Parts: sequence; structure tokens; C-alpha cells
Amino acid sequence: MIELHDVHKAFGANRVLRGVNLTIPKGESMVIIGGSGTGKSIALKSILGLVKPDQGQIIVDGQDVDKADRDAFLARFGMLFQGGALFDSLPVWQNVAFRLTRGTLKRPKSEAREIAIEKLRRVGLKPDVADRFPAELSGGMQKRVGLARAIAAEPEIIFFDEPTTGLDPIMSGVINDLIREIVVEMGATAMTITHDMSSVRAIADRVAMLHDGVIKWTGPVAEMDASGDPYLDQFIHGRATGPIEAVR
Amino acid sequence: MSALSLLLSPLARLGAAVLGLCAATGRIAIFAGQTVSHLARPPFYTREFLHALFQIGWLSLPVVGLTALFTGGALALQIYAGGARFNAEAVVPSIVAIGMVRELGPVLGGLMVAARVASSIAAEIGTMKVTEQIDALTTLSTHPMKYLTLPRVLAATLAVPVLVAVGDAIGIMGGYLVGIARLDFNSAAYLRNTVDFLEPWDVTSGLIKGAAFGFIIALMGCYYGMNSARGAQGVGRATKAAVVAASVMILAANYLLTEVFFSA
Ligand SMILES: Nc1ncnc2c1ncn2[C@@H]1O[C@H](COP(=O)(O)OP(=O)(O)OP(=O)(O)O)[C@@H](O)[C@H]1O
Ligand SMILES: [Mg+2]
Repeated sequence: MIELHDVHKAFGANRVLRGVNLTIPKGESMVIIGGSGTGKSIALKSILGLVKPDQGQIIVDGQDVDKADRDAFLARFGMLFQGGALFDSLPVWQNVAFRLTRGTLKRPKSEAREIAIEKLRRVGLKPDVADRFPAELSGGMQKRVGLARAIAAEPEIIFFDEPTTGLDPIMSGVINDLIREIVVEMGATAMTITHDMSSVRAIADRVAMLHDGVIKWTGPVAEMDASGDPYLDQFIHGRATGPIEAVR
Repeated sequence: MSALSLLLSPLARLGAAVLGLCAATGRIAIFAGQTVSHLARPPFYTREFLHALFQIGWLSLPVVGLTALFTGGALALQIYAGGARFNAEAVVPSIVAIGMVRELGPVLGGLMVAARVASSIAAEIGTMKVTEQIDALTTLSTHPMKYLTLPRVLAATLAVPVLVAVGDAIGIMGGYLVGIARLDFNSAAYLRNTVDFLEPWDVTSGLIKGAAFGFIIALMGCYYGMNSARGAQGVGRATKAAVVAASVMILAANYLLTEVFFSA
């Protein structure tokens, strides 16, 4: 279980998170929605400790993340970055198998490579991609390699920052199914950021909407349409007018 | 603005600049301490280290060699011109050798490697930083200092002295070629003169300088890369800052080390 209590984060005068409270139950899939620039990526990064909150507490399985042993803590996580964040000095398969080729999870090269190819197949990439370099791939292919890397070591908690952005509708469907599968079959806890409402419905157990630095609404995905919350309604129907200003 | 504040504002600005410099020095010292401390804590990334050794050491050979060759040649001409005023042309071989191994080999070699290596390290790590690759490393349970900084700093500290040694030899050869071809020295006499007056400490002190400069070069590249601001402009500034800082620190460290060796 992941709990955020009153998390604040500002960059200079830009107060991005202004008291975020959110609970993600173990083994569930939480989807975070919200306008561009509202701090969704920052929220994920602060859970991982990549960004230090100015104030507030983040607790994973009862333990304050500030006090946890960093290595053991990070070993439980997988993360897909919004920009992919692939290591461009390494071929694709070594990116995917990064954790498996060094450190405590190290295993023989051929085995690591096989796992990488299997994970690439699960995100819809052919084995011949394995020996190419990230710079030689299209944006959507890079995204999927990032996804394969996030799931390669079968982590307990997985964060996906816009997994389907830049993918064609069929590939989006494949990725949505994959995320659902990971949560259901592997029992992982997932947090996904997406702007794609069909993805929300396909992936989510619960939905949270971030706006103005706080969680405006959170609840089961089934209650999303009948929430009566004007912010959420405007967002899911994509209306240009409403309580959320278009110019932010 | 009142007359007093007008008078004081340059002072305030000077004060702010000094404070900023002190803070930066402190941050760099902490960064250096952290880097060295990772040496004692496994894992050690051997592959990254060997890669850095190849990039920093082997690929810098041409530029260091050429710099040394031309410097040695020019040095021979200058010392001949100066020595002729005292009828002391015979000192050319030994002064070229001593000047090369004690001072010019390490300093010019260090500056050339700084231009080549500090910039490329800062640009590479800075780009990794702005494209979230450093964050990605962390989430993959790999410490960025251990994986990126330590291998490069260690490789540069070991490789630059070797580069300096090679540069010394090539520089002396440059002086020798000019001495034979332009200054009518006898080949055997030139070589004997070089070897007879060169002491082991001359060479060793230059190599120690090389190691210190190598450490500075890679450290500055990594430090400014890791602290790069966002965007292409951020990486550009980090690269420039790394080369400037490395060059200035090499010259400052050179004076300090020379002072220490001089009094020892
Ligand atoms: N390193 C940083 N320095 C300064 N400001 C930052 C930094 N990172 C993010 N921000 C600011 O924080 C705000 C939130 O950024 P974040 O990336 O979390 O947005 P987001 O909700 O993920 O948006 P999107 O949907 O477009 O990805 C933005 O206004 C951004 O300018
Ligand atoms: Mg984002």
C-alpha cells in the first residue's frame, strides 16, 4: 500500500503539489489523470525519492520512504518514464535487461538476453529490435522498450508515466491489456498516468484526478461517470469550458 | 537609489560572487569525497571503467602527442635563442627535457585532455540528466555516482599520468629533432645531455601532477554534468563550465604542487 499525506512540492514560485493526499491499496491499479503540467509526473517521482517533497509524508507498506533502505526499496519498483529515458549508449536488449546484467540480480548474459527478448515480445516488439540502439527506434518503439525495461525484473510496484502516448490505437490496446495482466496475474500494484480516457477505463481499478496541486476526486472507476464533480466531468468529456481554465 | 546604496552595490555584488565561489568549492569538495568513498563500497563497474580508460586514455593519445611534439620543438628554439645570449647553447637538451617533464608535459597535456574529456563527459552526463536517464539509473537500483562518476574519475586519474609520460617522451623527441635539424647539434651529444641531467624526481613529480590533473578533469566533467540545468542550453552551459573550471583548477593545482615539490 502506498500512502501520500499532505505532500507539497514547489519549484521556486511555482507551487506544483499543494497537499496531495492519496492511498493506493496493494495489488490495485490506480490511474492518475489531470491537466498537462499539474504535477502528475512530479507526484510519481516524489514517491520514488527522485524528487524531494518540501513537506508531507510518503509511506509504502507502513514504512516512511525517507527512512527505508534505499536499495531494498528501489528493488521493489519499476518505472516507465514519460520520455522513455532509455540509455542511448546501450543496445535495446541491454536496456531491458539492465537490472539482470549487473548488481544483485545478475545472471548469465544469454539468460538475461532471453528474458529481454521475451519482455520485448510482450510489448509487441520483434526480437530483431534487441540489438539496435534506442536512437534508431521510433518514439512509440522507444516507449515500449521503456515499458519492457520497467517490467523486466517483475517488480511488485510499477509506475507507468503515459504508457500509451504516441502509440497507434491497436498498440495502445496491447499495452492496456499488458498492464491489466501485470496487475491481475502478478499481483503488482500499479500507478499509471494517462490522458487517454479509453486507457483509463481499460486499466483502472481506481481513478484519481489531480488539479491545482491537490487530488480533486478519487474513487473506483465505475463511479467516475456519475461522480457529479464538475472538474472531473469536464475532464473526462474533454470540454473546453467549465471550472478548469484552458489556459494554465 | 540612495548614494550609499549606489556606493555599496558593487561591494554587495563582489560579496555575493565570493560567497557563490565558496559554496561551489564546498559542493565540489563534497562531490569529490562522495566519489572517492564509492571506491570502498562494492559493486565496482569494471566494464564502465575499461570503457572510460579507452575513451580518456587511448583516444587522447594523438592530441597529447601532437601538442607535446610541437611544444618540444618550439622550446628548443626558444632556449637556444635565450641561451645564445650567455654562450650557453649547450643547455638546450637538458632544459628542454626538464621543462617538458616537470612543467609543460603535464600542464599542456592536462589542458588538452581537459578540453577533450571534461567537455565530453559533461555533455554526456548532462544529456543523461536532462533526458531522465540518471533518474532511470536510480530506479534500476544503480547508483549514478558509482556507475558514471567513479569509473571516469578513476580512469582519468590513472590514464593522464601515462599520457603525460608519453607526451614527455614525444616532447623531448620534438626538441631533439629541431636540435639536430635546425640547431646543428650532434645527435649522440644531444641524447647524452638529455639523459645525464634528467633526474628521476623530475619525471615522477610530473607524473604526480598528471594524476592530479586527471582527477580534476573527470571530476569537473561529472560534477557539472550531474548538475546540468534542463534543456539543451543547460547542457551547453554545463559543458562550458566543466572545461573552464577544469582548466583553471589545473593551473591552480599546478602552482600549488610545484610549490610543494619546490620546498620538499
Ligand atoms: N526540475 C524542475 N524544475 C522546475 N520546474 C519543474 C521541474 N520539473 C517539473 N517542473 C514543473 O512542475 C510542473 C509539473 O510538472 P510535471 O512534469 O509533473 O507535469 P505533468 O502533470 O506530468 O504534465 P504532463 O501531463 O504534461 O506530463 C510543471 O509546471 C513544470 O514546469
Ligand atoms: Mg508528466
